[in-house]
Formats: sequence, structure tokens, C-alpha cells
Amino acid sequence: MSILTFLQERAGDIGIALQEHLIITVSSVLLGCIISIPLGILLVYNRFKWLNSAVFFIANLLQTIPSLALLAILIPLLGIGLKPAIIALFLYSIMPILRNTYDGFQSVDPSVLESARGIGYDAKQRILKIQLPLSLPYIMSGVRITTVYIISWATLATLIGAGGLGQLIVSGLGTNKLELIITGALGAIVLALLTDALLGWVERMLTKKYGRTSSATTA
Amino acid sequence: MIEFQQVNKVYDDGFQALKDINLTIKKGELTAFIGPSGSGKSTTMKLINRLITPSSGKVLINGEDIMTKNPVELRRNIGYVIQNVGLFPHMTIGKNVAVIPHLKKWDPKKIEPRVEELMRMVNLDPEVFRDRYPSELSGGQQQRIGVIRALAADPDIILMDEPFSALDPISREQLQDELIRLQEELNKTIIFVTHDMDEAIKVADTIVLMKDGEIVQTGTPESILRHPANDFVRTFIGQKRLDGDMNDGIGIDPESIRVSTVDEVMVTQPATVTPNRGLAEAIKIMSGRKVDSLFVVDKQRKLLGIVSIYRLLNQYGEENKTVKDIMRPIGYQVSPGTSLPEAVEIMSNARLTNLAVVDDDGRLVGLLTRGSIVQHLNEVYPTIVEQFASNLGEEA
Ligand SMILES: Nc1ncnc2c1ncn2[C@@H]1O[C@H](COP(=O)(O)OP(=O)(O)OP(=O)(O)O)[C@@H](O)[C@H]1O
Ligand SMILES: [Mg+2]
Repeated sequence: MSILTFLQERAGDIGIALQEHLIITVSSVLLGCIISIPLGILLVYNRFKWLNSAVFFIANLLQTIPSLALLAILIPLLGIGLKPAIIALFLYSIMPILRNTYDGFQSVDPSVLESARGIGYDAKQRILKIQLPLSLPYIMSGVRITTVYIISWATLATLIGAGGLGQLIVSGLGTNKLELIITGALGAIVLALLTDALLGWVERMLTKKYGRTSSATTA
Repeated sequence: MIEFQQVNKVYDDGFQALKDINLTIKKGELTAFIGPSGSGKSTTMKLINRLITPSSGKVLINGEDIMTKNPVELRRNIGYVIQNVGLFPHMTIGKNVAVIPHLKKWDPKKIEPRVEELMRMVNLDPEVFRDRYPSELSGGQQQRIGVIRALAADPDIILMDEPFSALDPISREQLQDELIRLQEELNKTIIFVTHDMDEAIKVADTIVLMKDGEIVQTGTPESILRHPANDFVRTFIGQKRLDGDMNDGIGIDPESIRVSTVDEVMVTQPATVTPNRGLAEAIKIMSGRKVDSLFVVDKQRKLLGIVSIYRLLNQYGEENKTVKDIMRPIGYQVSPGTSLPEAVEIMSNARLTNLAVVDDDGRLVGLLTRGSIVQHLNEVYPTIVEQFASNLGEEA
């Protein structure tokens, strides 16, 4: 059986798997951004350093739980299906996005911030017009790394019934069909590469729109 | 007018940075805060735009307590320039200059011409620079932008915290000159922090000298130079202290000129050359140091002789000759510890332009030049130099 006829035959399954995979990935990364970017900013402004350490400790800890175990833990809490898969992968996305947002904000030249304050930017304007655009490269690289990892981890989501490209791999294993396994794996790789390129483009667009962000600061 | 009334500042860590500051800053004047590092200059300045809140006491602008005002609004009406420039690296020069008008919600149609006007004011062509980013400008150009950004919304008060101290000496001079020119046109109330006395004397109408969180002396540059309040001020403005009696620089005993020795006056790094250098090399050293003769010394700095530019040029054709072949012996020299009048007498009797100071082992330790003598007199005996100057004036 040629590859082409195989792909044609399974086009429906592959399409559904791809769609599920995308939904899981996008939802968890978006959720990660919505929670972690503001949290990172809050931590930058937080005066109680022990709280920062605590939050980073927890986020780090989440990162170290093996993905299979995390999925298993979530079953009794959230059942099976899409929801626990998204939640689990979201938990993984917290650390890289949080860390990069925090580092990005910290990296802004203090004299730039001082002059912004002295000139009459209020706190909100400093965050939105100075710190956020200047830390955009950090935040975006956090988002890109996370997305690529999550696309790969999302292949496990099928184990708790969330479908995705992992579904192809699992059924390939069950029926001993190598082409299915390869399609699932290759699909995830291609998806990761495409998404990364897309996000790179988004980053360039954002940078263009909200000002150039070069690492060069004024001396 | 800006008034400080019994202002104290104690930082969170308990450090008292300002002690009972009372000060009036006149409208339309450039007031320089000067003092050693940590004396509280920046702290005092930042009280004016509420970047720092006093622990006690009041700051008034035109009679109004600034604590009654919204800090963000207040800052938008006060220009602020800092040493590290603080331009926004992600915005073009044009956008950087326009930030305050934008914050103040000016009509966008008015902003563009204002930006161009400001850039021309500091001789930066808008066509060339408007769309560049700060990192694409030299330090001096960035600082010019820092200054016009502060001027953009035409504030009455401008705060400048060591604005030029990170620049090379030439750009610094240029920016000082531009500041003086701008100030003549604009007549802003400018507070200018520096720790360079020459800079303060050059740009300021009034100088406020600070030390350990207190104001030591306030006055015009002229009055501070003529009547330093105490030894601290005297040292700070670069006058060497005298051994004899001296009150306020008045009534110096001219006899005290005898206490000076050549060691205090001589330049310690005279231009020298080693004996085996070629003649072209010697000329290069001369032009580098801008002198017309070189002392020839060996590795132990033992003085062997002197070569003048005339002699060098005379013999220049002889490619194989070295300095030691053409040098001449030293005619006059003095040893360290010789009194200045004695040395001056030798110089004037023998019509020397300079005089080597050589120790007992024959090593060259310094050189007395006419320039170094005049500079020394100016530092130690300003009144004598003044008298001298007025005598000269009468003769003329
Ligand atoms: N936030 C702060 N907390 C504690 N101490 C501070 C703080 N800011 C400044 N100080 C201290 O207050 C004193 C005065 O500081 P200030 O910055 O006003 O000095 P300065 O005269 O501007 O010095 P420099 O010439 O070095 O800029 C210094 O001893 C400094 O260490
Ligand atoms: Mg300072």
C-alpha cells in the first residue's frame, strides 16, 4: 500500500486527530499566558520576596512531575477527556512563561524606568508602554518553547481519552501498523515546526507594532 | 520659585540622607547642587518632583506645597534628565522626544512640528535622526535628546542629575555650551546636579554646596570662589590649604610664599625619552606631548641630557643617529626641597623656560615650568594673582 493511498484512506482520522491536538495545545498555552504573564508582573512588583520564592518553587515542582503521572493524578479529580488534558498541559506551561515574563521585566534598564517615572508615566503606563514591549522578546521566547514542548507532550493526552495525534500512535501500536505510528509522530513534529515559525512571525509583527525591542539599551 | 522648608529625609533603612534643608531656588536661574558622592544632591533634587517624599518639612513650588498635588501631573510639568540618559530603547528618537506631549494629550498635529523644532535647537537634523533608535546615536547625541525630551512640553522647571558626567570631555564642553545658550533663550528654572566644580562654575547662576546631607554654602560662583565658607569648600573648589594664617583669603602674608617648595609645584611627568631612540621617534613623542624639548633619561630615570626640537630637526637627515648622539648636557637643575623663590630666581637669572628637579642619585623627579608656577600661584594665592593682575592692568 502506497503512502498516498494510506493517507487518503485515513484522511478523516488524521484530520480529527490534528484538530484535537491543536485544540489541546492552543487552549493550554493560552490559559498559560492568561495566568502566567499577569502573575509574573505581579511578582515583579511584589515586595514580599518569600512569596516569589514560594510561587517559583511550586511552578518548578509542577514541571518535574512526569507527564504520564500528572495525567493519571488528574483523572480522579477531573475525569477523562479534553478537560484534564488541557489542565495538565497548562500546568506545564506555567513555569516557562512565568519565569520569562519575570526575567523580562527584571531586565528592563532601571534608568529607563526611573526616567519614565520622573517624566510622568503612571504605574499602568510604565507596565504597558515600557516594560511589556521591552520584555516582549523574553515573553515570546517563553511562549514558543512552551508551545513546542506541549505539542510533543499532547501526544500522551490520548491516554486519558482526549484524542489528538497520540491517538494515531496508540492505534498504530495496537494494530501493529507502522505507518500509523509514523504519521502520528511526524504530524506532531511538523505541527511543532509550523507553530514555532508562526509564533516567530507573530513576535516580529508585535515588535513592529509596539516598537522595536532590541537588547541594546542606552548606555 | 522653589522653597525647601526644614526638610529632613530618613530612608527606610534609617539612614538620614538630608538634615534640615532650607533653601530657596530662584525662578529663571540655573542652580547647581554640588558636593561629594553621597552628600544628598540627588535626594534633594528628587524631592522636587516627588520621586522622593520628605520625612519632615515641606517643599513649595510658587508657594504651593507639592504634597497637595498629584505626583504624576506634577512630574509631567517638570523636566527630568538623568546621567544614564534613560531614553526608551524601543522607541525612535522622534517618539522619545514626543513622549511628554503625548502623555499630556497634545493635539498630534502640534507634536510633530514641536519635535522638529526641538531637534533643530540642538543641531540634530530631524530628517536624519527622527527615525533612528537611541542605540544608533552617540552618547553626546543621546544626551541632547535627553535634554530636549525634558524641554518638549515647555516646563518651567527642569531637573538635571549629572546629565553630562558620562560623556567624554569634548562632548561635555559642547553640551555645557549648548545648555548655556538654551538657558539664555529660555530662562527656565534649572536644577543641575554635578560633582565637577569647573562645570558648576561654568553653567550656574547659583551654586549650592552640600556635604553629608547638609548645605554648606550657597552663593554665586564668584562669591564662593572669593569667600569660601570653610576649609571643606576651599578644598572642594581646589584651593590648596595654606600653612600660614589665612582668613577668607584676605590678608595673606606674602612672606608665606616661602613655604612653597619645588615639589609642590613641579609637574611630575615631564616628557622624557630614552637615549637609544631614533630622532623621528623623539619628534613623535614631542608632538604627542606638545613640548619643544625632551629630557633624556636612562631606565633608572637618571637624567643624562636634553634635546630640543631645533637640534633634532638640524640633525634629522642622519638616519643612524640616536638621541644620545645629539643631546646636550643639562645646565641648571635643583634638588627636591628647594624653595620656590630660589628656583624662580635661578630660572629668571638664567632665562630658563623650565628647570629640572633632580634627586641626589641623579634621577629626574619633576620639572618646574612657567605654566606650573602660574597654576600653583592661582591655586594657593588667588588674591596675589588678582593683585598681580590689577597691577598689570594699571601698567598697561
Ligand atoms: N533608597 C535609599 N535607601 C537608603 N539610602 C539611600 C537611598 N538612596 C540614597 N541613599 C543614601 O543617601 C545618601 C545620599 O544619596 P544621594 O543619591 O542623594 O547622593 P548624591 O549626592 O546624589 O551622590 P552621588 O554624587 O554619588 O550621586 C547616600 O549616602 C545614599 O547611600
Ligand atoms: Mg546622585
